Amino acid sequence: MQRIGVFVCWCGTNIAGTVDVSKVSEALKNEPGVVYSTDYQYMCSQAGQDLIKNAVKEHNLTGIVVCSCSPRMHENTFRKTASAAGLNPYMVEIANIREQCSWVHKDIEVGTEKAIILGRAAIAKLHLNAPLTAGESPVTKRALVIGGGIAGIQTALDIAEAGFPVDIVEKQPTIGGKMAQLDKTFPTLDCAACILTPKMVEAGSHEKINIYAYSQVEEVNGFVGNFEVKIRKKARFVKEDLCTGCGICTEKCPQKKVPNEFNLGMDNRSAIYIPFAQAVPKIATIDPNACAKLKTGKCGLCERVCTAKAIDYTQQDQIITEKYGAIVVATGFNPISMDKFDEFAYNQSKDVVTSLEYERIMNAAGPTAGKLLRPSDGKHPHKIVFIQCVGSRCENCAEKGKEYCSKICCMYTAKHAMLTRDKYPDTDVTVFYIDVRTPGKAFDEFYRRAVEDYGVNYVKGMVGKVIPDGDKLIVRGSSLLDNKQLTIEADMVVLAAAIEPDKTARSLATMLTASMDTNDFFTEAHPKLRPVESPTAGVFLSGTCQGPKDIPETVSQAGAAAAKVIGLLAKDKLTGNPCVAEPNQLMCNGCSSCERVCPYGAITYEDKEYRMPDRTTQMRRVASVNPAVCQGCGACTVACPSGAMDLKGFTNKQIMAEVDAICK
Amino acid sequence: MQKITRESLIQKGVELLENGTVDRILGWGKGEFGYDITPTVFYDKESFSKNFEFSSFCGANFSKYLLKETRKGGKILVFIKPCDSYSFNQLLTEHRFDKDKVYVVGISCEGMADVNKIKQKYGEIASVKEDENGITISTLYDGDKTILLDEVLLERCKVCKGKECVYFDEFIGEVKENNPQDRFEKVSALEKMSADERFAFWQNELSRCIRCNACRDVCPACTCEKCVFDNPNSGVENKAISDSFEEKMFHIIRAFHVAGRCTDCGECSRVCPQGIPLHLLNRKFIKDINGFYGEYQAGKEIGSRAPLVNYKKDDLEPSEAVKREEE
Amino acid sequence: MQVNEFKPKIVAFCCNWCSYAGADLAGNNRLNYPADVKIIRVPCSCRVNPTFILRAFQRGADGVILCGCHPGDCHYTSGNYYTRRRMALLFSMLDYLGIERERTRVEWVSAAEGAKFSTTMNEFVETIKNLGENKRLEDLRCKK
Repeated sequence: MQRIGVFVCWCGTNIAGTVDVSKVSEALKNEPGVVYSTDYQYMCSQAGQDLIKNAVKEHNLTGIVVCSCSPRMHENTFRKTASAAGLNPYMVEIANIREQCSWVHKDIEVGTEKAIILGRAAIAKLHLNAPLTAGESPVTKRALVIGGGIAGIQTALDIAEAGFPVDIVEKQPTIGGKMAQLDKTFPTLDCAACILTPKMVEAGSHEKINIYAYSQVEEVNGFVGNFEVKIRKKARFVKEDLCTGCGICTEKCPQKKVPNEFNLGMDNRSAIYIPFAQAVPKIATIDPNACAKLKTGKCGLCERVCTAKAIDYTQQDQIITEKYGAIVVATGFNPISMDKFDEFAYNQSKDVVTSLEYERIMNAAGPTAGKLLRPSDGKHPHKIVFIQCVGSRCENCAEKGKEYCSKICCMYTAKHAMLTRDKYPDTDVTVFYIDVRTPGKAFDEFYRRAVEDYGVNYVKGMVGKVIPDGDKLIVRGSSLLDNKQLTIEADMVVLAAAIEPDKTARSLATMLTASMDTNDFFTEAHPKLRPVESPTAGVFLSGTCQGPKDIPETVSQAGAAAAKVIGLLAKDKLTGNPCVAEPNQLMCNGCSSCERVCPYGAITYEDKEYRMPDRTTQMRRVASVNPAVCQGCGACTVACPSGAMDLKGFTNKQIMAEVDAICK
Repeated sequence: MQKITRESLIQKGVELLENGTVDRILGWGKGEFGYDITPTVFYDKESFSKNFEFSSFCGANFSKYLLKETRKGGKILVFIKPCDSYSFNQLLTEHRFDKDKVYVVGISCEGMADVNKIKQKYGEIASVKEDENGITISTLYDGDKTILLDEVLLERCKVCKGKECVYFDEFIGEVKENNPQDRFEKVSALEKMSADERFAFWQNELSRCIRCNACRDVCPACTCEKCVFDNPNSGVENKAISDSFEEKMFHIIRAFHVAGRCTDCGECSRVCPQGIPLHLLNRKFIKDINGFYGEYQAGKEIGSRAPLVNYKKDDLEPSEAVKREEE
Repeated sequence: MQVNEFKPKIVAFCCNWCSYAGADLAGNNRLNYPADVKIIRVPCSCRVNPTFILRAFQRGADGVILCGCHPGDCHYTSGNYYTRRRMALLFSMLDYLGIERERTRVEWVSAAEGAKFSTTMNEFVETIKNLGENKRLEDLRCKK
């Protein structure tokens, strides 16, 4: 039986004005288990707290009920008081008789009666309280960044600058991501390579950053502060420590007909290749699907020309296991496939290109060395039509497009239009749009310049069909403002394809037990207040894996994610919230209901041996909660059909005791 | 009459016992009167050949028995009718047993008879016989009667989920189309009543409850290691029926616990000694789930996410859930 | 004043992050509501087991209201979405059994909606007063 002390606060006249505090104190004295009850002017004052401490010692109390203001106000204060008096801080219950009683009721009789009932409910709950201790877990002071685009690079640099070691895992042979493929960046029109490549070099040479390029995350175990990750380092067939990136092998390689991914297949590369001149790490990679030596055993030319002796045809994938305290997801995006958009003739004509392909065509290092030439015949186009929202904001075509706005297309289309008009004033540019969305610093000014200074023809309306006709493309669209149908004979059509999360993100989310929305974007712990954290503790989000973003936004989010990681890694130990879910494994069915509703991935299953009533032992699948990850929401406790899952501090019995006390 | 014969199942069972695929068989055991079929585990081919029965009185769903059986060694053969296979799958979804310890012979089914319906109509019966003309019953006071299976189908067979097994190692019989009745007919009729009428209806039905727990014990979704009603810590523990509220509390909580997991196998109503239409509670939840969150059939796919452990951002509000019925 | 005025017993489950704070705000702003409402604090609306609601009725409550963060604003991101499904089904079932549908209610109240909290409680108490005592779900043994 508990020995309970009740402390009724007057809060000056705040409570005492409409609640007869001495009557409350007297009434609660008669409740079972109450051995001491008193009232005082300001319980939260030093004198009030001393009163509690003395009473705890004098009456040998096992728990205290404070009838005072909201627990949101002073629960912590009184927990500390209890602690100082030698009690467990969780042996404290607050009856909120100010905000939820004296301040909302005018009649002193009514207020007093309610205060007594609230006090009883708190006493009833306290009877079932158990001392709780917050668990502690150590923190591995190393971070993992998954994805080496601008988001991943920036996050890694910021974390490394704070002094913590960081590993970047990138599935391509080089870091750089999508930004490396861009020509110029809006709204300032500085060249992407000029601002990105110094950062790539910085990341590549930073003493705290280690890059696992051409690698993938295979398995994630553990939890916040204590992740263990298996990384598959794919065989490059080139020894990384010996290759100098001189590029002779790529020149000599006889197989030169491999579609070049970096230029989106618009030109070819060799079987042994370096994706682009500024690649980091600048190491050659042999494409095992194209290399004659690896496929048939005949060739071996690269090995002969390599003076560094770096070629190794026998290289195998390597599995690296490393421990991390925090993981940042920066898996980025891809433009969606245009296969389902037959109306725009993407698969019928080479001169219908996506914006990213257009980006490569305009780029000095691209397939046309920066000259605006049509992919089909290499002629200069005089009339270009840009179509916005291809696959974005598709309300009725969810099976081929996306319902969301891809956010960046309005701006990059304005950029493309402007650059085209700037370099080739003889080229006529028309943009079809649903809306032009330009919220962002200097964005609207940028768009207006395209229209006003560069004479880009913006047409509000959608294109219904693009029909290849000889070397022309007949574009049929409508102008909503003029309410008429338009037919344009274009030389080239550029599609602003919607962007979607990288396909690898889904399997990664499963490994991380991080949640995703229906579009496979990672969800935030809170959409407004915790935008760079995943609901899974220790997993952070950077860049477009969380939602469409432009470069400035990506970089700011990358920095924010880094700040969160640094905050976590700076701690030596993590102290948990002791009010976490706890299964009674003897009663657990192993049905997975709790696991499915847990937003934090705190619940896992283990097979345990149990002695059955018939004296046999059985392996049973039972839930276990990681207290370092559980946040204590209680969703699992209700999902559990057998009631095996309970929440410490808010147990089924405690809540029902309160219900009973109130309904008595 | 069933298209599959008892003999063909015995042949299959003996074959699997002899070739060592299984070491025991869970099947329908003969009773005293022909209609009182009892789930039985057969350990040898002799007793199996002698005591195994298959007729239109084999309504019992074996899925739940596998929980206990798979905890023993060896491998067990079980006969699963198409509707039982949903319960089987649902239990696999909930990781309740190891499917490698079971060999499932799916069998086609023509619908099963409800003994209670026969008894209601003809009084107590001494024995039943079945042939191509129908079911011949020997009544205690009124001689023999021949009735058609279709007249006395179990509630769940009238609204048959389909003739296809969703899980089996091998299947005997043929799959054919069927045209079930609307299973929500009675639920809809109840919804159309006034609150007072509904209250009176359920008061009448549930007041007959004797808290024998048969509905819970037979339910393939009620497989908790420890049932909340047996657990003093759950706050709802109660062994006996003692008040008007208690019976409602029991049945509401039971229905809620299996909501989204209930395959609508109808065993609860089949076994209720008081003839309470308990399936109407479960079907209300199924109807609501289908209406609110989209069609969902528990047990149709292994690993599917039950509606109560799932959500959509634009789900309807609880206030709308009760409003809808007025329309 | 009537001598035997019906004083309903009303249990309000409030999630710690939004609705409990909303109730506190109602207090800060002195927005009155009847004292018949007694609040039980839970971490999230998804902590409320349908059993608790039935338990309240069994023990003599005349109305039960459950308040949580607005959908999309849950402190734990998804808790109230589960609450919404559970309560939609539970309330529909209670209604199906002929229990007055007005006795149960879910209301989303944010930490900024002190006024909404107070109005909601005033309305709810009024509704329950009009309904009268809970007879259909009470357990006579608990009325000793």
